[in-house]
Amino acid sequence: MTALLDHLETARSAGRKLLVPYLVAGIPDVAGFPRALETVAAVADAVEVGLPYSDPLMDGPVIASASERAIRSGVGPLSALELASTATTTCPRIAMTYYNPIHRVGEPEFCRVAAAAGFTGIIVPDIPVEESASLRSAAAEHDLAWVPLVAPTSSAERVKSIAATATGFIYAVSTLGVTGARTSLSERAAPVVAACRAASDLPVLVGIGVSTPEQAREASVSADGVVVGSAVVRHVLERGAEAAAEWLASVRTALDA
Amino acid sequence: MRPENAPDHAGRFGEFGGRFVPEALMRALDELERAWEKARADASFGHELDALLDTVVGRPTPLYEAKRFSERAGARVLLKREDLAHTGAHKINNTLGQVLLAARMGKKRVIAETGAGQHGVATATAAAYFGLPCVVYMGATDVGRQHLNVVRMELLGAQVVPVEAGSATLKDAINEALRDWVANVEDTHYVIGSVVGPHPYPEIVAALQTVIGNEARAQCHELTGGLPDEVVACVGGGSNAAGLFRGFYRDESVALVGVEAAGEGLNGRHGASITKGTPGVLHGARSLVLQDDEGLIAHAHSISAGLDYPGVGPEHAWLAATGRARYESATDEEALEAFRILGETEGILPALEPAHALAYVLRGKTEGTVLVGLSGRGDKDVATVASALDG
Repeated sequence: MTALLDHLETARSAGRKLLVPYLVAGIPDVAGFPRALETVAAVADAVEVGLPYSDPLMDGPVIASASERAIRSGVGPLSALELASTATTTCPRIAMTYYNPIHRVGEPEFCRVAAAAGFTGIIVPDIPVEESASLRSAAAEHDLAWVPLVAPTSSAERVKSIAATATGFIYAVSTLGVTGARTSLSERAAPVVAACRAASDLPVLVGIGVSTPEQAREASVSADGVVVGSAVVRHVLERGAEAAAEWLASVRTALDA
Repeated sequence: MRPENAPDHAGRFGEFGGRFVPEALMRALDELERAWEKARADASFGHELDALLDTVVGRPTPLYEAKRFSERAGARVLLKREDLAHTGAHKINNTLGQVLLAARMGKKRVIAETGAGQHGVATATAAAYFGLPCVVYMGATDVGRQHLNVVRMELLGAQVVPVEAGSATLKDAINEALRDWVANVEDTHYVIGSVVGPHPYPEIVAALQTVIGNEARAQCHELTGGLPDEVVACVGGGSNAAGLFRGFYRDESVALVGVEAAGEGLNGRHGASITKGTPGVLHGARSLVLQDDEGLIAHAHSISAGLDYPGVGPEHAWLAATGRARYESATDEEALEAFRILGETEGILPALEPAHALAYVLRGKTEGTVLVGLSGRGDKDVATVASALDG
């Protein structure tokens, strides 16, 4: 069992819904990021750290522009790992990165660097299960949990083969579309979670389009928890990390209700 | 039987190609692949497409002997006149085929990216013909420098969405089109305009453009009694080059030459992904890309919006790796000079994209018969050329 899964299972078996916020490395700025990560981690079960990328095609405007801003300040995908390692927290960190930076430095090398920087898992949104075998083995060698995404368009057969690769949790994409706030939780969230449940015993977290405490609670009725991204990034950018943590605390309260 | 240059079942051309996309798109790509295989095996699809190519596009396009230009080049230069295709470029061969396929698949909406605007115009044209709504994503920089095509697309009923992100050019327009597709994948077909993107796009687009090479080969026989010594085409993503090259792929005596954009020079900003790129994954496929040490995609540069792209189709990366094709490059300045020379010697204003291919020919390094893909006409570039010549 990966360290990430062990950590999440401990919380889950205590009846706790999982809260995984997402931050873009390098925001609000280079100096402020490690502190922002610590602040957010204090109210999280794990933190997803987005490595800035030039062509983030699964991301909506909030995260895409945050990513562009981080790159302009000199934070690239590899230096982001290093920057994140300077934060002091026991909360597990999961790296979210597009595939090209991994391909560029080499799969084993990327996993080595990520593990050395204290990461416990990776999420790669643009590599399908058919292409990920070698990366998954490299990740396993460094005790990096593999967190695959399942989409509303995934057939039952695909869900089964994707779920079988998960060693951290399963990321259930709640809606068709890129990251960003929606006015309501997609009605497609529950069926995706059910399909993941049918295929695996691992924790299932709903992400993409979860942007309010109410949506988080609604999603966690069937799921084991939520990933919240754009809403957190927007809070950090507009009102600072403390405000983001306060807002996350309200999500925590909703999950516990 | 699969031709030697078609990808394998995983969409690979050697080590290039494949499918690197979000899970949300996998079903749509599987569906598209099945629909495409079915259409190819269905004679009625072929007949319908041929009829469209005849009556809408005006095919076959001529193979034109450029006599006065030949004197300047020191070789017998034949131009495959895709600039005379309806809408002014080869792009329409692909868009009619894809929108016909989309209509057969029951899709209710089409989207496209565009660089120079030629693919956007061609998609808007095909969408109008089939009565489907059309949205075209275009980098804000390109919206500025290809204003004529923006107006054309709008007059054809398409909605043009300027993209401000990144370098605000073709690369970013593709990102935005992919984002739209992820959100609307069930009723929307994404008409990719070049031999790029995840499998099966590079194969579909190359197959639909092979009409250029097949016609050119037959016309060359008729005109000269034989094959050309060299076939030359410009390469951005590489659709006109792939279509032209495929017609001559098996003719081992024919040298295939792709010409990339050297922009301000290969040590400055450029779009020469094969000449200067490294293996990477961009827009759903593994190919050669311009990137930094951390895998961030570089901002390309070319005076021609259609070649201003930091990647290239996997088929070209593979043709370069196997040595079947050779890739050269021409600078902005050389392309402008070639643009001017073709106008003065033949009365033809080429698009700035194929002007790069002409610039290579003008170096005088070619002998015998050279067949050049004149992929589009230059009306769209007149303002760019005028300001460059003034500057």
